[in-house]
Amino acid sequence: MSISDLFVPLLIVFILVYGIFKRVDVAEAFCEGAAENLRTAAELLPMLILLMTAVGMFTSSGAAQYIADWLRPVTQKLGFPDECIPLALIRPVSGSGALACLETIFTSVSPDCYAGRVASVLMGSTETTFYTIAVYFSSIKEKVRSSVFIAAALADLTGFIFSALAVRLFFGG
Amino acid sequence: MLGIIITALIGLSVISGCLSGNSGEVSEAAISSCNKAVELVIYLSGSMALWGGLMKICDRSGMTAKIAKLLTPITKRLFRGAQDNRKAMSAITMNLTANLLGLGNAATPSGIAAAKELNKLGGGTGKRCIAMLVVLNTASIQLIPSTIAAMRLEHGAKSPFDVTPAILFSSLVSVTVGCLAVYALNLKRRERSEH
Repeated sequence: MSISDLFVPLLIVFILVYGIFKRVDVAEAFCEGAAENLRTAAELLPMLILLMTAVGMFTSSGAAQYIADWLRPVTQKLGFPDECIPLALIRPVSGSGALACLETIFTSVSPDCYAGRVASVLMGSTETTFYTIAVYFSSIKEKVRSSVFIAAALADLTGFIFSALAVRLFFGG
Repeated sequence: MLGIIITALIGLSVISGCLSGNSGEVSEAAISSCNKAVELVIYLSGSMALWGGLMKICDRSGMTAKIAKLLTPITKRLFRGAQDNRKAMSAITMNLTANLLGLGNAATPSGIAAAKELNKLGGGTGKRCIAMLVVLNTASIQLIPSTIAAMRLEHGAKSPFDVTPAILFSSLVSVTVGCLAVYALNLKRRERSEH
């Protein structure tokens, strides 16, 4: 038993106790929030069916392997696993695409192996950058400035490189 | 945009499937992937609902607001020049808190509200602050990566949350690089406008 194993149960207890202490109807609030997210999950499905089909076809065709081969001189130096290359490519463009990619990775390698862990960290530490930029700039009705784009892309690239580094740092190997 | 990418992916798969002799696998993937998508959503909806419910309790009990308050010293520094704009600052802290707690749905509206307020500031300050907001939102600093943990658990990970420290480390480094880039690019533009 370690602290990280206890973190989630303790967090749940804390959230519930704090809610009761503040006189929140925790059961009712919970159901409302859960229902909201269930709706989100259902709304995710149509796009995910299309994306999983595309990603599934892409990985089984060997095309992902071609790209991985082509990028290998760079990725090998960084210790970036081949399996995660498709994920890194799709992550900035589409959140559900990345989800589909991660699922494909986990079915071919264990989530506890090096590549599986790098994929998890990559997924967790980067965002759908292009989509986010588009949403924010369209909301203020302005054209996207290149400086924002460069800064966000730099942050993404750092995330890719450091996901591999972080796994080696925290898990060794 | 996404439609074009998907079409390109499928087109490429068919071509490279034919070239590499994997056309059988490609056609199998084309027929069976849709079922995998349904399975994925079914097992993700459990953890999405769990955390959505818990976060709603955090919202109601004022815990979210409390975390937002704790973040104020950081947001004040990052958004220098906007710290006196109360509306903008409260929207920014709500946005960051929602991001930290993994509340994607709650993060976007408050983020857009913040962007609109910052846009009113105009000039270099407004632009720098908007850039900062966008970079912070694209870096995804998440305290509880519940979706990833759910997927790891489904595929037999021993301790699905064990990647959390590595995720936090990697996001913090990338967000720092993003923030520094915003400042550096902003300085460069200022120099150019002075000459």
